[in-house]
Amino acid sequence: MREVIALALLSGGLAFVLAGVVGILRLPDFYCRLHATSKCDTLGLALMVAGVAVLTPLSLTTVKVLAVVVLVALVNATAAHALGRAAHRSGLPPWRLGDPRPR
Amino acid sequence: MTPIGAIATTLTVALGLSLYRVLAGPTIFDRLTGLSLIGTKSTILLLLFGVLTDRVDVFIDIALAYAFISFVGIVTIAKYFEREDDE
Repeated sequence: MREVIALALLSGGLAFVLAGVVGILRLPDFYCRLHATSKCDTLGLALMVAGVAVLTPLSLTTVKVLAVVVLVALVNATAAHALGRAAHRSGLPPWRLGDPRPR
Repeated sequence: MTPIGAIATTLTVALGLSLYRVLAGPTIFDRLTGLSLIGTKSTILLLLFGVLTDRVDVFIDIALAYAFISFVGIVTIAKYFEREDDE
């Protein structure tokens, strides 16, 4: 039972992480890429690490594993905000419909 | 191969794919986004490695430290490259 729940959480998280990778490879500019990756990656990591927490026997380690989820939820949002702010203040223009699609 | 091994392998492939944005990104901020993606995936991979080798109690400390150091690095570099419009 425990393994089934853990595998469901792990594969769900993997789907989100793969969606984030598709986003960073295919979207046209920096702001779109940041938008795709920051949320997909945070949720994917939260689900996958929750799967790992289900697999480990209940102890202090479980608390630490869940601390990773909390830390990354705070930290990924902050890092994405700092990156977007830095790009905006450096005057990076957003991509508009009709502009050539960069690689 | 165990299911967890298969998941870890897929995650490694995804990590390699996000390396493309680090190498090819047109601006420095694209590269940093790719780096933050790699940091997150490495944290998950460390935990999965812990599950595979039955030593989660050791790998969890490394994963925590890695996640935090990756965050500090990215915010520092982003601050360093941030500049006002007209210069």
